[in-house]
Amino acid sequence: MANTDAPALRLEHITKRFGSVIANDDISMTVQHGQILSVLGENGSGKTTLMNMIAGIYYPDGGKIFVDGKEAVIRSPHDAFQYQIGMIHQHFKLVDLFTATENIILGLEDDGRYSLKKANQRVKEIVSQYGFRLDPEKKVYEMSVSEKQTVEIVKVLYRGADILILDEPTAVLTPQETDRLFAVLRKMRSEGKSIIIITHKLHEVLSLSDQVTVLCKGRYAGTVNTAETDEAQLTEMMVGRKVTLNIERSEPKDTVPRLTVEGLTVRSREGTDLLRNVSFEARSGEILGIAGIAGSGQRELLEAIAGLLRAEGKIVYHDPKTGKEENLRGRDPLEIRELGVRLSFVPEDRLGMGLVGNMDITDNMMLRSYRKGRGFFLERKAPKSLAEKIVSELEVVTPGVSTPVRRLSGGNVQKVLVGREIAAAPTVLMAAYPVRGLDINSSFTIYNLLNQQKERGVAVIFVGEDLDVLLELCDRIMVISSGAVSGIVDARAASKEQIGLLMTKNTASEGGAADGKA
Amino acid sequence: MAKHEHVREPLFHIAKRDTPAWWRAWGIRAIALVLALVVSGLVAFLLTGENPLKLYATMLEGAFGTSRRVWGLMQNLAMLLCVSVAVTPAFKMRFWNIGAEGQVLIGGLAAAACMILLGDSIPHGLLLLTVTVASIAAGALWALIPAVFRAKWQTNETLFTLMMNYIAIQLVSFFTYRFSVPKGSGQVGVINRATHAGWMPTLGKYDYLLNILIVLAVTVMMAVYLKHSKHGYELAVVGESESTARYIGIDVKKVIIRTMLISGAVCGIAGLLLVSGTDHTISRDTAAGRGFTAIMVSWLAKFDPVAMILTSFLIVFLEKGATEISTAFGLNDSFSEIITGIIIFFIIGCEFFIRYTVRFRRREGKSA
Repeated sequence: MANTDAPALRLEHITKRFGSVIANDDISMTVQHGQILSVLGENGSGKTTLMNMIAGIYYPDGGKIFVDGKEAVIRSPHDAFQYQIGMIHQHFKLVDLFTATENIILGLEDDGRYSLKKANQRVKEIVSQYGFRLDPEKKVYEMSVSEKQTVEIVKVLYRGADILILDEPTAVLTPQETDRLFAVLRKMRSEGKSIIIITHKLHEVLSLSDQVTVLCKGRYAGTVNTAETDEAQLTEMMVGRKVTLNIERSEPKDTVPRLTVEGLTVRSREGTDLLRNVSFEARSGEILGIAGIAGSGQRELLEAIAGLLRAEGKIVYHDPKTGKEENLRGRDPLEIRELGVRLSFVPEDRLGMGLVGNMDITDNMMLRSYRKGRGFFLERKAPKSLAEKIVSELEVVTPGVSTPVRRLSGGNVQKVLVGREIAAAPTVLMAAYPVRGLDINSSFTIYNLLNQQKERGVAVIFVGEDLDVLLELCDRIMVISSGAVSGIVDARAASKEQIGLLMTKNTASEGGAADGKA
Repeated sequence: MAKHEHVREPLFHIAKRDTPAWWRAWGIRAIALVLALVVSGLVAFLLTGENPLKLYATMLEGAFGTSRRVWGLMQNLAMLLCVSVAVTPAFKMRFWNIGAEGQVLIGGLAAAACMILLGDSIPHGLLLLTVTVASIAAGALWALIPAVFRAKWQTNETLFTLMMNYIAIQLVSFFTYRFSVPKGSGQVGVINRATHAGWMPTLGKYDYLLNILIVLAVTVMMAVYLKHSKHGYELAVVGESESTARYIGIDVKKVIIRTMLISGAVCGIAGLLLVSGTDHTISRDTAAGRGFTAIMVSWLAKFDPVAMILTSFLIVFLEKGATEISTAFGLNDSFSEIITGIIIFFIIGCEFFIRYTVRFRRREGKSA
């Protein structure tokens, strides 16, 4: 029935608004059968919104969708499957206690009887057909992130999807896992499936896709053949103008130890090691990068240093003024401040930890300083002028300092947070994924701020996910793998592959009692 | 794919609005109120055959008809407002204190017990002081218990405070039996009727004026506490995000306990005003469900103590008016509850239309 000459999917003049924000403005695009199309755009450019409309999560305010040349009305994910469209979301939607197969057939209404055996068989067929690596009877809670993603992909294939949409699938993968995923996707393409992959990583776009559709601030910026384009052109389309992006890394000067961590171990409530025997030194005037697969203990490391998690081991702070040494372990954030330690921390969870989303910029400035003065009442003058200063110096786009920060865009939220932490004149500055979700310009603002702090003699600790950025920005890079240090390398000499290997290195044996339960 | 040929765009969809302008928000609220009156008038007409306008007039009459009724309205408003103000700091901290009923009762019980047991043995001034301190302390204690459990062992405060209500009610039952006059009647009767020992003084000839003034003062103090004090800031941060609070070194446990002590203490004040300032007796119904109604009042006012004057007025006015309708037209209590229910439904429901906009299908689907 399907007209095979027609494109697999065509969007015409799709528009979607959220309140007064236009997330997608008159977007048209086409995906052919047997094609991999990248949808490229900065965060907030409307990629995910557009894909959600194809997958039935949202309904467009205007425009039409055609599948195989026929107009399609997709009101729910169920409808989407009727049109053989399946989406793999960034955040997995799996039941931890179920096996891969149980998750895959969950919610599926087959005509026949429920047969787990048959389903297992079918899953195995799909797995071998495309060259996945997956045990259908493994439970989800025992799986690695990449296996969970595989379950999501197989789930969509099991339902017979011919058009697959993947939302930032590589964000959680190591370089090696990414290569494997791409191999599978190429295999699918050769079997005639259409694949749409959302990403903002340019080198992935160039290595994988046939065509690239670029969105810029909710609008369609054009479609190009991958073979005929390069990074510079794509960046220009994505940002809307020419950009030259360089991180200017200066040589570290007068480095002295500022923070010495020895044998730091953090255990979860259940008693498993989240961080195992971590030792390193952060020096003044230097950026120490921390690389690792997401969830390898980066967060725990920073939170333990900031006094938010109970830990074993030593965290010694060398005071630059008095020369005294203080052990920070076992002290809470307030005690650390009272010791005169100027430790600033930009946490990963900006609105959930670093800031209060429902409070305005002034009240968020006060988080660090509201205790000042002995009185019972708050003093809002100084925080207000600090808020105004940060808004003007960092070019925060906001109607005013009394706007709740949750209303600001991701980049502006981060500027407020980093601005506040830097205003405390730190001697140690820790930042966890400070550019996640930020557009290119805001990202470079943040890199520059970190570099300025380094030149001021601050010991900067930077947890990042983009290895290219880590290699360009940092002086040294510490790699952690499942809670233990797997190596510390010189960022000027190391390669991406070297770090990628360290990220997956099995560190269990070095940690000693790690797998003691065996 | 035949079954897809008739698909059409959904009839309407719902989209989130930006913060609407204040005039728009209040416009929507006004429309809701008018609609509520129209619908409740219609329902009343269909059920009773009475002229709706007459019903409205009866409502106003019931609330404002005589100066006694106005004072009664003000007194009820003050009591509801006091409990609403009491639960607000807890709610702002996202601590779901639904135990205000029990905290008020225990406060009242402490007041009554002091009045009965110490009535004749110590000077009146000292007794009044004792009554005041005892009821505030009792209310605070009743709130402290769930707060400590929540702070130390993460117990669920909703269930805990709810159960504390039942304990309070049973305690009051027990002591009304013990204190009852004559013995075994199960009713306490007016305490110290002759001596007025432990009664709050009246200002001039206005029985309720002192109560009202005290509640107003508490309301203003609470508004200032929440908005301009360091404590108020801390509890707001804890409410918004405990991890932010820990991140900046706020002692979350301390804040939870301190805030609940304040919440319970103000409930204790409400108990004091009810027992020592108004009823001069105690029974299981002394709090009269205000502990629960207060939750609605506080939410409707978006946790702003000053706005609560308005929302508690609305609730009290509806209660008074609807009761009057029932008596005037010889209907039972359920009828007044129906009317109150309809009006509150519209008032709360309109918040949805303030935050969201509903857009209907613009074009008919193409002919199939």
